[in-house]
Amino acid sequence: MGAAMLSRTADHLYWMARYIERAENMARMLDVTYRMSLVQNAAQSEAALWVPLLHISDTVEDFHKAYDEVTAHNVIYYIAMDSRNLSSIYNCLRAARENAHAVRVAMSSEMWENINSLWLEFQQMDKKLILDSGLSEFCDWVKSRSHLFRGVTYGTMLRDDGFRFTRLGGFIERADDMARLLDVKYHLLLPSASDVGGAVDYYEWSALLRSASAYEAYLKVYRDAVMPLRVAELLVLRHDMPRSLHACMDELTTILDQLTGDAGRECKRLAGEMHSSLHYGRIEDIFRGGLHEFLEAFLRQNNRLGVEIQRTYLNAPIINEPEKPNVGELQSQG
Amino acid sequence: MASIDYKNKLLTAFDESVDSKKSVRQVYAPYADWLAGKDFSQLAQKSRDAELLFRRVGITFAVYGEEEGAERLIPFDVIPRILAASEWGKLSDGACQRVRALNMFLNDIYHGQDIIKAGIMPESILTNEMYRPEMQGVDVPGGVYAHIAGIDIVRTEADTFYVLEDNLRTPSGVSYMLEDRRMMMRLFPELFRQYPISPVEHYPQLLLENLRAVAPRGATSDPTVVLMTPGAYNSAYFEHAFLAQQMGIELVEGRDMFVKGNAVFMRTTEGPKKIDVIYRRIDDDFIDPLAFRQDSMLGVPGLVSVYRNGGVALANAIGTGVADDKATYTYVPDMIKFYLGEEPILSNVPTYKLSKEDDRKYVLDNLAELVVKEVQGSGGYGMLVGPTSSKAQIEEFRLRILADPDNYIAQPTLALSTCPTMVEQGVAPRHVDLRPYVLTGKTTSVVPGALCRVAMTEGSLVVNSSQGGGTKDTWVLQC
Repeated sequence: MGAAMLSRTADHLYWMARYIERAENMARMLDVTYRMSLVQNAAQSEAALWVPLLHISDTVEDFHKAYDEVTAHNVIYYIAMDSRNLSSIYNCLRAARENAHAVRVAMSSEMWENINSLWLEFQQMDKKLILDSGLSEFCDWVKSRSHLFRGVTYGTMLRDDGFRFTRLGGFIERADDMARLLDVKYHLLLPSASDVGGAVDYYEWSALLRSASAYEAYLKVYRDAVMPLRVAELLVLRHDMPRSLHACMDELTTILDQLTGDAGRECKRLAGEMHSSLHYGRIEDIFRGGLHEFLEAFLRQNNRLGVEIQRTYLNAPIINEPEKPNVGELQSQG
Repeated sequence: MASIDYKNKLLTAFDESVDSKKSVRQVYAPYADWLAGKDFSQLAQKSRDAELLFRRVGITFAVYGEEEGAERLIPFDVIPRILAASEWGKLSDGACQRVRALNMFLNDIYHGQDIIKAGIMPESILTNEMYRPEMQGVDVPGGVYAHIAGIDIVRTEADTFYVLEDNLRTPSGVSYMLEDRRMMMRLFPELFRQYPISPVEHYPQLLLENLRAVAPRGATSDPTVVLMTPGAYNSAYFEHAFLAQQMGIELVEGRDMFVKGNAVFMRTTEGPKKIDVIYRRIDDDFIDPLAFRQDSMLGVPGLVSVYRNGGVALANAIGTGVADDKATYTYVPDMIKFYLGEEPILSNVPTYKLSKEDDRKYVLDNLAELVVKEVQGSGGYGMLVGPTSSKAQIEEFRLRILADPDNYIAQPTLALSTCPTMVEQGVAPRHVDLRPYVLTGKTTSVVPGALCRVAMTEGSLVVNSSQGGGTKDTWVLQC
């Protein structure tokens, strides 16, 4: 067979990877917030601690339709298990498995068995136990299953466009999740821009680093106290930090260049533009213009890139049929 | 205590493993020795291992009418059915002979209709619902209609095999033949060292070879073959995905394809790509809303028109249903004589047609001893098994027959052979059938193996998976 693949297959692989990555990032954020809630802090109310999670996943409104009150229990349930939340870990894993099921032929059998057993294990979990005392264990499970899936993908999948679309989905999602996480955290933790160089709540900031598996990396790179400016630099601009925005764009531009065919000109242009602003950007300049503004612009561009990938490759219009409307970027794919 | 002692079981039918004097048949002798060294809990553990593996691999089927996405396992029995080389020789020759004749019949009925002119089949065959006038006069590549045929065979005596049914539309189950074998090799590698078991693993390659051989004129020397599935919620989706993967071809749905000019294309990330051969696992009715059911969302508009003009090949061809209809079935021995000039190697089950007055009277007088089937029924639905039915069930069925006698045929209740099978109480005899898969491209052939279906309920003669039947690996011995 040639390099060409079914657009629908590419679409399912792309969304499978996005949902796995989203589940992992939701678990990371959930776990960090949960750990912070265990550190007694009289100054902070329960709601103030848990609401940011809803901001990050853009679900504040929907949450309030489902619950009266922002409590730890409600938010944990909503983010981890609630079928009404399209971005809940439950729904992400279900959607990832459904996408995989629809194209199990396009991946190695190890990949399929891995994602299928992930779903079977999840279904057999004691949901009540997770909510009562096993949340960290659960989040670790989600993270390690995501690592495992990435590993089996790298270790067994043919290096064809299917592999590239799978990775594309993962990095687009990671860039989106990381930018949202940073935006919400900086907004909440650092209301005044003049504080960026000063000493801050050690726990809050180290928790943010830990949620991106970046705490040890920070210590290694800066050998110094945790400072907001450097945290942002590490997670936005450092190309050697695997969950940074820059690292995501490094991967995305490379993958887009490797895709066969010449349809992707606009995708490559968009990605290249985003990449160069991270590659040549300086953190001082970013803060001067406002980190929030920078991240908002990044999220907008990343979203446009996602829509363009969808339009160019995944919905692949045919010659004698009217073009389909664009699929909204965050719309879930059965 | 669950028991593994099989020889003291009550046998009511021909048993594959022991004879009427309770001594082990030769083909089962090494297996029986091996089994004697095991205790039941070891076997039960293997059985649980198998279930876990099947679930993890997703070898499941979707159940209609249950919660969306509900997936179930077909029970897998760890005790194999074993056939001697000589037994298989007869079965495979007989099945291939039948399929050759059936393909010639299909070519004839859609062209010159010599079999009607010769007075062997009545003209009424042309009014059969499964006869597709759209196919009249259409030349299909190589004259092959049934590229894949599943022939259901049962045994009642050492040398008595009957063909129960020819499945010529979209026969399923071959993935279980392959996966059951893989599972047995994993669970009991030591048995494969002892037994000279014929391999079946090359089935997908043989299938692909046959599919490539029927590419239409005008295709390149490297034709593009795809497998068309109704989608991930179809009950046989696992098999569709499995076969596509094993053949290394694309698994496509109707929405992935479109027609332009006299060709069918699939949408790819690099633009449209032309398709030459479609191994379709979707019924005629749903394949093209312009030709058949207009409400089908699963098909490709215009596909049948391209097919009729020779722009694409379909396997199986459209209109094969006229040959596996239960009313046509009765003529297959005559077809073999007419087209091949040979004597049938395998027999038909004697069949009464309720459209005939004599037959109808006999059947209605003897319902309690007979099996009555709908002419176009499948999957074990809509049938009456007289000896295991209550009086009330029989009377209810009688009314259904009287309302539409042409829609039914009846056969004597065959005592299907039994095979030792794992059940909760130990190892016990259960009734089995056999479905080898016959492939036709340039030639007709069959891999030495089959799907063996087993009725898991004591005494039951219904082996269909939709009715709770299970499967067994079938070992064809090389010598």
